[in-house]
Amino acid sequence: MTGIASDVATGRIEITDLDIVFGRDDRRVEAVRRFSLMTVPGEFVALLGPSGCGKTSVLNAVAGFVPPAAGSVVIDGEPVTEPGADRGMVFQQHSLFPWKTVLGNVEFGLKMRGIGARARMAQARAYLDLVGLSGFERAYPGELSGGMQQRVGIARVLVNRPRVMLMDEPFGALDAQTRLAMQELLLGVWREMRTTVLFVTHDIDEAIFLADRVAVMTARPGRVRDQIPVKLARPRPAELIATAEFMALKARVLALVREESGRAWEAPRP
Amino acid sequence: MATTPLVSAPAARTAATAPLVLSSWRRPALRALSIGLFVLAWHLATLWDLDLYVRFQNIPSPADVLTEAIELFGSRAFYVHILASLERIWLGFAIATALGVGLGLLIGWFALFEDILLPPIELLRPIPAVAWVPISIMLWPTERSSIVFITTLGAFFPIVLNTIHGVEAIDRQLVRAAMSLGALRAAIFREVVLPGASPSIVTGLSVGMGVSWICLISAEMISGQFGVGYFTWVAYGIVKYPQIVVGMLTIGVLGMLSSLIVRVIGARFMPWLPRRDKAGT
Repeated sequence: MTGIASDVATGRIEITDLDIVFGRDDRRVEAVRRFSLMTVPGEFVALLGPSGCGKTSVLNAVAGFVPPAAGSVVIDGEPVTEPGADRGMVFQQHSLFPWKTVLGNVEFGLKMRGIGARARMAQARAYLDLVGLSGFERAYPGELSGGMQQRVGIARVLVNRPRVMLMDEPFGALDAQTRLAMQELLLGVWREMRTTVLFVTHDIDEAIFLADRVAVMTARPGRVRDQIPVKLARPRPAELIATAEFMALKARVLALVREESGRAWEAPRP
Repeated sequence: MATTPLVSAPAARTAATAPLVLSSWRRPALRALSIGLFVLAWHLATLWDLDLYVRFQNIPSPADVLTEAIELFGSRAFYVHILASLERIWLGFAIATALGVGLGLLIGWFALFEDILLPPIELLRPIPAVAWVPISIMLWPTERSSIVFITTLGAFFPIVLNTIHGVEAIDRQLVRAAMSLGALRAAIFREVVLPGASPSIVTGLSVGMGVSWICLISAEMISGQFGVGYFTWVAYGIVKYPQIVVGMLTIGVLGMLSSLIVRVIGARFMPWLPRRDKAGT
């Protein structure tokens, strides 16, 4: 995997007193209020919260898709004003370009930077190899399973060597077995890349299994209620979730979540 | 190892692309039989001079039509009509494609262009192209240009409306994905909007091609000195009834081939779309 591993000097996220508001007047909805969160470069942070708590809105603000009503999002000292390739987003599903092959999708960011066809292909292939999709270069997204599509989505973001990878419930639409395989794959890839990851989920197991730190959000308008460091050793095997250590952490997070409210909480969907 | 593929590469490829072949000859045979039965019914109706409110006494038989067709296609004069019609169709269709796709992309993507351009289009759209014939004759200096105008008009509306619809139906998440991969405005238009709208554009072109043939033939029948439509109408006037049917069939075949060309070219540009197989045989 030469040429992929990167040093960890970038990827500091500073979200300070962020407000996000949709609509106006009597249709006005506050999605997020006084939300603050910091990450250090190379950190894996899970943002855990009930459906509709505004966690996706936070991600969209970091990506530059929605402007904050108040507060600021700063990446490595630069305020976020618009979308950019330094903050790649992996969506829940159906976000690959259906008219581009797997290779074409992964090459997209390089093409946008004006990199020549030959260099583009070599780099894209390396990242496809990283996510275990060598041999599928010429397939179209419609010919792939959901899990394979998400792997293309991850490779497509990482090929840009972003400061931050934003992940919006990327495995939420997958079946349980595939999701587990994808979580292991993501940790393997992250070990190589050491990109800062901001990972949104409503699945407690997923958050603890993946992250260095779990930020639990309140119901809407969302803010960070509590942050729980996850000091489980890496690499983490799938069996980890059955250990007493993991269970104890899960109990803590669950208590927080319950305490926060039964209002908007949904059990993790299958 | 975590990076093992969940599905092996060759298996996934063949499963997704292998066609479902049940029996290769049955469906074509059934279709040929269907056409054969239709010609037989036509033959019998003219043979017996059927008079069941609809009257077949003056209708030429399949044999008369075939004889006439052989004679016509052996002469130069008929090809002059065919070439005149084809020239008008392709000219009109090409202009309608350039205008319809171009304006449709602008109207679909930019609110400003929608406000400026869509109202007149919506206003003129319900008027059938044939109703434009008198104005068209006044507007354009030559018969050729006025008929091309009618043909263009007929193809333009389905093309522009389908293009607009195609652009408006593009998944906004794909636009966001492109932006977060570093795409700027021009690149989004080229890499997302254009390919995203293309299935709908091809539908528009296919429908537009059909409508432009209708308009062409109508216009030629009303005001023409050349063209297959003109030929067919004149055949009625000079009581050469088999020629009417030859004219009609020629129009049908040319129209069918034109639509086929549009669809084949469209499919070539969109290799990502799955081909569907029907159940039933």
